[in-house]
Amino acid sequence: MTETRTGSPLSAGTTKGVSRRTLLKDTAAAAGVAIGSGAITGFPTIWAQNIKNVTLRQFGTGVSNLNAVADKVKEDLGFTLQMTALDSDAVAQRAVTQPKSYDIADIEYWICKKVFPAGVMQPMDVKKIKNFDKIVPIFVNGKLTPDSAVAQGTAPHTVGFVEGKDSIKFAKSATQWMTLIPTIYNADTLGIRPDLVGRPITSWTDLLDPAFKGKASILNIPSIGIMDAAMVCEAMGEVKYGDKGNMTKEEIDKTIKIMTDAKKAGQFRAFWKTFDESVNLMSSGEVIIQSMWSPAVAAVRAKGIPCVYQPLKEGYRAWGGGLGIAKHLSGLELEAAYEYINWYLSGWVGAYLNRQGYYSAVLDTAKEHMSADEWAFWMEGQPAKTDILSPEGKVMEKAGAVRDGGSFKDRMGRVACWNAVMDEDRYMVRKWNEFIAA
Amino acid sequence: MTVTAVPPEASSASAAPRGGGVRRSVLRRAVPYLQAGPLALTLLVFLLIPILTIVAVSFWDYDSIRIYPDFVLTNYEELLTSPVTWKTYLNTVKFAALTWVITLLIGFTVAYFLAFHVQSTTWQMVLFLVCTIPFWTSNIIRMISWIPFLGRNGLLNSGLISAGLIDRPLEFLLFSDFAVVLAFVHLYALFMVVPIFNSMMRIDRALVEAARDGGASAAQVVWNVILPLAKPGIAIGSIFVVTLVMGDFITVRLMSGGQSASIGLMIANEISLLQYPAAAANAVVLLAVVLIMVVAMLRIVDIRKEL
Repeated sequence: MTETRTGSPLSAGTTKGVSRRTLLKDTAAAAGVAIGSGAITGFPTIWAQNIKNVTLRQFGTGVSNLNAVADKVKEDLGFTLQMTALDSDAVAQRAVTQPKSYDIADIEYWICKKVFPAGVMQPMDVKKIKNFDKIVPIFVNGKLTPDSAVAQGTAPHTVGFVEGKDSIKFAKSATQWMTLIPTIYNADTLGIRPDLVGRPITSWTDLLDPAFKGKASILNIPSIGIMDAAMVCEAMGEVKYGDKGNMTKEEIDKTIKIMTDAKKAGQFRAFWKTFDESVNLMSSGEVIIQSMWSPAVAAVRAKGIPCVYQPLKEGYRAWGGGLGIAKHLSGLELEAAYEYINWYLSGWVGAYLNRQGYYSAVLDTAKEHMSADEWAFWMEGQPAKTDILSPEGKVMEKAGAVRDGGSFKDRMGRVACWNAVMDEDRYMVRKWNEFIAA
Repeated sequence: MTVTAVPPEASSASAAPRGGGVRRSVLRRAVPYLQAGPLALTLLVFLLIPILTIVAVSFWDYDSIRIYPDFVLTNYEELLTSPVTWKTYLNTVKFAALTWVITLLIGFTVAYFLAFHVQSTTWQMVLFLVCTIPFWTSNIIRMISWIPFLGRNGLLNSGLISAGLIDRPLEFLLFSDFAVVLAFVHLYALFMVVPIFNSMMRIDRALVEAARDGGASAAQVVWNVILPLAKPGIAIGSIFVVTLVMGDFITVRLMSGGQSASIGLMIANEISLLQYPAAAANAVVLLAVVLIMVVAMLRIVDIRKEL
């Protein structure tokens, strides 16, 4: 098993000299020094001798495929992690059609809903996951606190467990067999230019406010754009959804009709598809209110342009991803995969993700790797006492700043809907394209 | 070994003139095929096989993650019965027509100026090369550079405002059909200039003089002498411009801010959603439409005169 993988010491993928990679590498090294090897508690050394020969191939979307993580794995665990970043559609396709081409899949929960039933992955035994008990309960029973409501859409806990070791049927409640170990998630909302909107923004309906005619934008990725559109239509009271994450044809038609009318009335300045487009639209002032992702807001602010990730009264649209293990993995490699996943939850990565403005699945361990001030800023919504630095060491927020939306509980506790894949997916995509072409 | 090898060699040597003659004539007949071979092979591997593959895939079935070899007509059915398709084709043809008219006017004027007004050959060449300067940068860069220029707070709007000509930014400049056509004209005008210039340079100057001697006005010379003789160049330029615009997707997406649709964009969307069979069906239809347009143009003008 291992012989087949020994060919690529310190994979070519991680050593190619792209500047961003090198940067990440340097910062990872710096971060490693900063944290100090003493902080990393001892990992099992039973495999220490031969595990170095293992190479795990991980693929997934760009957000969490961080080379800093691969470097740190090599440093802490000794084996090689090869990372491939693809867009989410390609990830879903490859996960199903080329199950032998990866060992670890880093996929979003809605992709998991498509992929896991194809039988190309194996569930993980939670008994082998050391920090399983500390995983944020959203991923276990769907509730952040015992009294919070379960959000609509493909909520992670609904596809988080299967009924047995060889089952491909999602379990109704938590079992011993977990499909994905959650890694990274966040709550998305609208981004605004506070200096240009001229009034407080409080609701998703503001996206279609005629006052912002020709200055609004929405993202043109059907499966996510439709959610933002649904948040708007529901907030307007125009459409009542049974489940925004699984609309009926009629609900899709109504939603698209409202968006098309707005488009024809000239509400939208542009539609964006990539991260940088949303940044440019916002920073040039072409658009002053739009769907946005949290790092894009940070990028606009980094240019010295005011931009707020505005919390809205109807709540957030959330997304989350996790690590899953390919079916073909066994023996030493499977052990390495478990070790990697345990390491992932052990704090270093969690702190890294939290510092980027995302959230990690096990908060307690991440806290140990963050300063008290960082923790208070990112997780508790308190004003920063000192400048807040990104994992790369760049100043993200000046002292005194407060995170948009506030604390972890305020943000993740107010999720209205998760990114989802609908039963009427194909119909929805067709209708969405009609909206774009209208 | 060597001893036994001698007799057959000798006999074959004696037979050589006859056999060689046959071989030579076979060779002579094969020469044209051999000469055409590399091109034929290239076209086969890089053009014919891919197109046949696309045609084949356009009949396959698919779901959200996989494609299945099959023979279904649903891809064409969904494509041709959807009002979006028709609207998008109409939109694309509109872009093509507008771009064609404008580039033709610009191309003809520029070529006419270069060919008939600039007297020295050196200057003709210098000015012609000046026309190609924009092509030293990538066309994506040339396109994107319009965005900061035309934007709401862009150079043009701030210039006009500070000159007091307008008091609020002109919104239609960017992320509109105007912006799309502007970018197309900018990108493709040269494809019109070059072939028309080439045609015009071949026009016998004596014809122009004869027309003048016959009492034709300058306008009549252009209309009755130069225009008909420049037709092959116009046709070639038109084929370039129309096919480029019909197949484009990135210009439409960037300059319309994702708000306008074109066939190319539709295909790109389908590919990104992994609906390869639908994209293939769309590509086949587009290919047919563009071929019909090209054939129509060739019917009107015989470009062989040019070649």
